Amino acid sequence: MLEIKNLRASVEDKEILKGVDLKVNAGEVHAIMGPNGSGKSTLSYVLAGRDGYDVTDGEVDFLGKDLLELEADERAAEGLFLAFQYPVEIPGVDNATFLKTAYNAIRKYRDEPPVDAMQFLKLLREKQAKLGMGDEMMRRPVNVGFSGGEKKRNEILQMAVLDPKLAILDETDSGLDIDALRIVADGINALRSPERAVVLITHYQRLLDYVEPDFVHVLSAGKVVRSGGPELALELERDGYASIVSAAA
Amino acid sequence: MSSPKNIVLPYAESFGAEKERLPGGNLSWLTALRQDAAEQLARHGLPSRKVEAWKYTSLAPLAEKPLRLAQAGDAVASVSEADLPEIEGTYRVVFVNGRYRPDLSARDAAPEGVELRPLSQAFDSQADWLEDRLGASARPNGNAMINANTAFMTDGCVLCVKDGAAVETPLHLVFVGAGGAADGALAHHPRNLMVAGKGSKAMVIESHVAAAAEAVYWSNPVCEITVEEGASLDHYKIQDDSLGATHLSFARATIAAKGVYNSFVLTLGAGLSRNEIEVRLGGEEANCRLHGAYLVRGTQHADTSTFIDHAKPHCDSDEVYKGVLDGKAKGVFQGKILVAKDAQKTNGNQLSRAIFLSDDAEVNTKPELEIYADDVKCSHGATAGELDDDSMFYMKARGIPEDQARRLLIRAFIGEQLDDIENEPLRHHLEKLVENWLNKKF
Repeated sequence: MLEIKNLRASVEDKEILKGVDLKVNAGEVHAIMGPNGSGKSTLSYVLAGRDGYDVTDGEVDFLGKDLLELEADERAAEGLFLAFQYPVEIPGVDNATFLKTAYNAIRKYRDEPPVDAMQFLKLLREKQAKLGMGDEMMRRPVNVGFSGGEKKRNEILQMAVLDPKLAILDETDSGLDIDALRIVADGINALRSPERAVVLITHYQRLLDYVEPDFVHVLSAGKVVRSGGPELALELERDGYASIVSAAA
Repeated sequence: MSSPKNIVLPYAESFGAEKERLPGGNLSWLTALRQDAAEQLARHGLPSRKVEAWKYTSLAPLAEKPLRLAQAGDAVASVSEADLPEIEGTYRVVFVNGRYRPDLSARDAAPEGVELRPLSQAFDSQADWLEDRLGASARPNGNAMINANTAFMTDGCVLCVKDGAAVETPLHLVFVGAGGAADGALAHHPRNLMVAGKGSKAMVIESHVAAAAEAVYWSNPVCEITVEEGASLDHYKIQDDSLGATHLSFARATIAAKGVYNSFVLTLGAGLSRNEIEVRLGGEEANCRLHGAYLVRGTQHADTSTFIDHAKPHCDSDEVYKGVLDGKAKGVFQGKILVAKDAQKTNGNQLSRAIFLSDDAEVNTKPELEIYADDVKCSHGATAGELDDDSMFYMKARGIPEDQARRLLIRAFIGEQLDDIENEPLRHHLEKLVENWLNKKF
């Protein structure tokens, strides 16, 4: 589904990604772990198409398309979803309108007719209920006045509604208490399916106790330095990054 | 008389020929008032940019244009009723080229609790009442807008809300500019007088529109407002004049104790516009709120200049103006707040925000706080910039294309100004105008 080959990217002439290789197939859950500053968030932004990142080398194939040639909104419409580490607050735009606009924009991209307000509300309510989010939250401006946990749940809700093929979750576990972590993990697990792939970007093992990955990769200084199964995450939890990072260096 | 501080306005000379034809010629006090104004206009002309209050706005293009006072004959310009702005549930009074048009106005009696008359008729029927009030708060002086209006005013709306009346039907005053062409503009000078009697409550909406997109005119409205003790007046103004028009408006409101004045101005039209508002909080616990939004593009220039005089203690003022600028458009916001020595416990907040949709747009902001009391809370803030990058990326990452995302963010930015308008037909009307503006862009 996603194939990254020798991806190099810079921010303001500083090279952050120094040749990342990664292959993700449908149905798989991958965890990308790594110390702070290893390039985890840069990787997620480059894949989602954020401005300000220069791709200097490499290629990314997403479902047979050259991902790097697409605009951010086109990538989303092709089925890529990025759950933000720091979800953005948008005053004046209510959650329901925002999500309906996104939902119909993606349908339009796919030459599908838009859904009306009633149809959308039905879909939204169904997904909301699973995440314990009320109508009141949907009427509030996007993420404005939301607690840390509510913001992350809102990301998961958006993911559930937009139904992506590949979901990249950037530090979705950060700042969550144990109850919120469970709700978020349940939301991610509910989306696991043979047609969908999930990439979890995380600093800690914690989330992986609830969402078990098929593969674990360690990113360090802009490169994948080790890959393995779920046991690799446990090893990292036990020994820390230092030994793996220095072994790779 | 020419000095670096003023621009000669040749139009001022036409007063000699026009004065015989102006209404109310039989009233000596009015004739004297006009004469004084005309002399001041001839003497001071228009302010140049060397005058501090006009530093950012040049009136030179207006002085260069051949101007002619719109005559009675110009008022019969063909204006179709269907093209006039209509806001459901309001009582509409229409003026074309500065003159009352009964055929386009509401035919039934004015709403309960309101006395309403075109100024041209009030000169006959309530001259004594007018003598005390007309020009009381907008006297001819160095202000060119007041001078021109006072010399040449032909009509407008005289409105009295009776003491204690809670007027349910909003009054909708529509000012239509018509005629004129590239080689010369028609001038009209609507003069409105509004008195909200003690404990009353009312809403007035002004719409300034063009009969045709290519109309060229100078609209110069002046409004004198009195809000008596405990009264509340909501005053909306929608300026949607043609791009060939120059709109220079001046309003002055005097608020008595416990009175409330809410002003909202939406600026969309006119190539050159200035919306000048002065408020005097002249009694304890008087409050005013000056809000507004401007959406401009091309080479439009939109100036908002306000002055709030906190003369008494325990008064609140709240100002928020938001602008969206595209193309080479320019915006100006000048906001002065004066707090008198004994105006303790004053709250004064002022905010100006602007969003640029192009690299060539520009905004000049000049807040000015002059505070002589020691126990006051005053704040001002100004921001200007592009749409927030983080918000844009967040929306695009959810599949919303760039233009749609920009549109949504602009609508949200302006929407915050409209959301608390309780009158639904009015709010919808304003939202639709904003929507139409956005449709031309995206």
